[in-house]
Amino acid sequence: MVNGYRPQTLDEALEIRANTGAIPLAGGTDLMVRHKNIPGALPKFEEPVVFISHLEEIRGVKAEDGIVKIGAATTLAELENDEKIPAVLREAISNMAARNVRHIATIGGNVCNASPAGDTLVPLYALDAGVKLASTNGVRTLPVQDFITGPGQTALAPDEILTEIVIPTRSFTKEYYRKVGTRKAMALSRVSFAALADVNGGLIEDIRFAFGAVAPTVVRSREIEKQFISRTVDEIKGDAPQWAQKFAPLLKPIDDQRASAQYRRKVAINLAVYFIEEIL
Amino acid sequence: MTIEFTLNGEKVAYEGSPLRRLIDVLREDFGLIGVKEGCGEGECGACSVLIDGKNVPSCILPVGAVAGREIYTIEGLRDTEQFNILMDCFAEAGAVQCGFCTPGMIIASVALLKHNPKPSEEEIRHWLAGNLCRCSGMNMIVEAVKLASERGIQW
Ligand SMILES: Cc1cc2nc3c(=O)[nH]c(=O)nc-3n(C[C@H](O)[C@H](O)[C@H](O)COP(=O)(O)OP(=O)(O)OC[C@H]3O[C@@H](n4cnc5c(N)ncnc54)[C@H](O)[C@@H]3O)c2cc1C
Ligand code: FES
Ligand code: FES
Repeated sequence: MVNGYRPQTLDEALEIRANTGAIPLAGGTDLMVRHKNIPGALPKFEEPVVFISHLEEIRGVKAEDGIVKIGAATTLAELENDEKIPAVLREAISNMAARNVRHIATIGGNVCNASPAGDTLVPLYALDAGVKLASTNGVRTLPVQDFITGPGQTALAPDEILTEIVIPTRSFTKEYYRKVGTRKAMALSRVSFAALADVNGGLIEDIRFAFGAVAPTVVRSREIEKQFISRTVDEIKGDAPQWAQKFAPLLKPIDDQRASAQYRRKVAINLAVYFIEEIL
Repeated sequence: MTIEFTLNGEKVAYEGSPLRRLIDVLREDFGLIGVKEGCGEGECGACSVLIDGKNVPSCILPVGAVAGREIYTIEGLRDTEQFNILMDCFAEAGAVQCGFCTPGMIIASVALLKHNPKPSEEEIRHWLAGNLCRCSGMNMIVEAVKLASERGIQW
């Protein structure tokens, strides 16, 4: 029988992780489904498990020094009602699963799961979020796009725990989030999209586009975004489809049963066109 | 591992693997069979329990995660006045047919009405979105919750 550990502190959790290679279990909403067994039987875990959802050090939200710091074990339900959380992220969260699952599922679990359809990742990419990783040897911080290395894959070392998600506090004049899926509550997103912009006197000063579930990882391109900067909103709106199409070569959906690749690509571009024409 | 928590108002201690699903511990060890298993994957809400007042699917929660927390199942609510009001409203609205989803629906309704005693219809649908009913269609259930709210149910 595999072991489960319930440490009292983060330090203790990191020791356990370093010494046993136990996998962190936060809300368990991904892990328990992945290791499902027949009813009544123990879930099929092959490695030991370390419970982390109760650790106060990695729970809660703080806004300080121009940064919003989100404890990795904070639940999605706690975040969706917290004014300190940027609106695009809250919007994405309130469209994830249903409220009952959000009462236990954590943001750290969604990030570490690294699903191409993981719904917090799209706004986190757009917001230039970073992740703080701790081990018994110390702490390091990575930009979220460097942390996610592939579908279901991250740069998390076997002795590390994600402790915090950090987001620079910054307000945008335009914010948009949309998820196009089948059934609102449950379907993992087919296509999701977040866009942020800062427009001043009709001039675009900052703009970010992030696309989810249209490639092995979230798509964001600073190079394409740069081409929008210092142009007028009118110029971009005048040729919205052309501008949105610039992202098309980056959209390489995995064709699965949820929606065909072609459909996903089309929806993604349409969402970008909509953002440019109606929101920007 | 020993895991202590409060169950339907009483302190209890569980001894065993912390990886067992909460639903199995509640049904098998504590005989609380009002907790139903539908999908076993967090999609249907039949297995809902209240943890610190919030509705949670117990089929995807390992018992090790609930140490020190306060759990209520439908059995623990049965003798309360609020439960009786809610059940009357469910009956009047025609929201109970085969009854399989009912304990989970009641748990979700209690969590919602604790959070907001006067929810909008949209909020009711939002909170019950994780509970599926194969028989009655959601409209009657939404009506039942509205009715309970109108009758001034309070926790
Ligand atoms: C019915 C249902 C509907 C869902 N709908 C959606 C949806 O719409 N959108 C969506 O994106 N997801 C959805 N999910 C998936 C899941 O709920 C989310 O990904 C959730 O945020 C995972 O968090 P968790 O705490 O439950 O993760 P867990 O299952 O505890 O962990 C997930 C993974 O992350 C690792 N991990 C967790 N925390 C840490 C940490 N702090 N440090 C290092 N590693 C860690 C675990 O080891 C594991 O590999 C759904 C799940 C269910 C059951
Ligand atoms: S049995 Fe738990 S949600 Fe369906
Ligand atoms: S009454 Fe039968 S499933 Fe809801």
